[in-house]
Amino acid sequence: MGLRKVYGLTRAVDGVSFEVREGEIFGIVGPNGAGKTTTVECLEGLRAPDGGAVRVLGLDPQEEGDALRERIGVQLQESALPTRLRVGEAMTLFASFYAHPLQPRTLLDELGLADCARIAWGNLSGGQRQRLAIALALVGDPDLVFFDELTSGLDPQARHATWDLVRGVRDRGKTIVLTTHYMEEAELLCSRVMVIDHGRVTALDTPVDLVRSLGAEQRVTFRSEGVGDDVLAALRALPMVARVERSGDRVIVHGESDRSLTPILSVLDGFGVAFHDLRTEQPSLEDVFLSLTGSEMRD
Amino acid sequence: MAILARTRRGLLPMMIVQAKLYLREPIATFFTIAFAPLLLVLFGLIFGNEPADLFGGRGPMDVSVPSYIGFVIVMVGLIGIPIQTATSRELGVLRRYRVTPLRPLTYLIADVVAYFMMTLVGTVLLIVVGAAAFGVRLEGSVPAVLAGFTLCALSFFALGYLLAGLAPSARVAQTVGMVLAYPMMFLSGASVPLEVLPPGLRHVSDFIPLTYVVRLMRGLWLGDPWTSIRLDVAVLSGILVSATVVTARVFRWQ
Repeated sequence: MGLRKVYGLTRAVDGVSFEVREGEIFGIVGPNGAGKTTTVECLEGLRAPDGGAVRVLGLDPQEEGDALRERIGVQLQESALPTRLRVGEAMTLFASFYAHPLQPRTLLDELGLADCARIAWGNLSGGQRQRLAIALALVGDPDLVFFDELTSGLDPQARHATWDLVRGVRDRGKTIVLTTHYMEEAELLCSRVMVIDHGRVTALDTPVDLVRSLGAEQRVTFRSEGVGDDVLAALRALPMVARVERSGDRVIVHGESDRSLTPILSVLDGFGVAFHDLRTEQPSLEDVFLSLTGSEMRD
Repeated sequence: MAILARTRRGLLPMMIVQAKLYLREPIATFFTIAFAPLLLVLFGLIFGNEPADLFGGRGPMDVSVPSYIGFVIVMVGLIGIPIQTATSRELGVLRRYRVTPLRPLTYLIADVVAYFMMTLVGTVLLIVVGAAAFGVRLEGSVPAVLAGFTLCALSFFALGYLLAGLAPSARVAQTVGMVLAYPMMFLSGASVPLEVLPPGLRHVSDFIPLTYVVRLMRGLWLGDPWTSIRLDVAVLSGILVSATVVTARVFRWQ
């Protein structure tokens, strides 16, 4: 019996079941409104589920919230600090809530916020706010960290920097649950990804296996002037190649590109064909997502 | 004991942060700390502090100092607390605290103590200015005035949290707080002495909570007997208890 949360007549979360393994980055992806945040908030104890059993670190978030909050670190999607609260003050304040906090100063150093200690929340940039949110999530030295849409609204550069920080958190031995609607983020960071849509789990696997399960072909393409029919026939004869197309000077070889690349190259080499602009194209988690939810992101 | 220790964790840092944040709001600080002494100086310059029959042989400033304490209290209770509390909820600050081991009770105690200290600072400054500029002096006892002040402050703080709990947004909390506070200031004797109001309006003042603050502070300040302030203590205690009970039921952290 999975997790359920009902708002009025809307089943925000309807039978979601999953298990997070120690030390992994577990991704919850789905379009906006899919139920990601509701699911995470049930785990954090912010919302009481209407059905199903939730255990986080062996604890019931509703019944044993005090013990749980001591061991989790949380970054909330839509949550701010008081506008005039300074970075250093926020860290000292949050550290005082926990039994065994980390050194605020050390954490600020590690997250590149040492120079911002006297800057108020209201004057921080988006990237600085997210770094402070990470620092505040870590200051209690938690076993489990929740990041909810951590990189929403960040520019690409800040997003990449934040991903590095998330990997750093995992490398400290923390387990991470993160929600995102950026497929690239899930693909790059997560050891396993759960896709939810309309409050239900539509897939749960490693990013690689999710892509593989799609059964989509991978492609090798290149450009060449001198490809004759004999070359195409030789390519078609390769065992892992499904199909070969030519349009103008562009040749597309459909199949399993991981294993077909070397044979393709040796065929071209054997015929002495000069080629350029060779690339392999693979379906991404984005394609998996589109095929599972049948839609673009709902915004 | 374990519960006590858990409740104490984070209490002092939270208190300090709340007080600092209050002092960083220039408008709130001005109205809490500076406005009542400035008003006192202004009216003192206009009316002086000569003894008058209207005030039972005391000067206008002698009765204004304890009355203006009500002004400080209503500023913090009905304007400062609702705005700050509803804003913290609206921004998700309270939610963020909710996912830490910080206890809601700890937050509430820290918040109340911080506001109490601000109110006390404003009140002490008012008294010091009154004494220095117009020779106003305390006729009652310090412990009694302090006890009465605490009751008055807490009962209006309770109204403030109730307002924050009921208001759907910070904007509504601010509007309702001001709509309640400003007529109260003028009809309770907190700014204009009740003695100068026409009898009809004075009757209206009986239905205004702040009137009881003004009466109690004046009574204790002037050393009136217990029998004359019993009603005020009863009304304010009733407000404190009922507002606290209702707030506990309606308050939302998110």
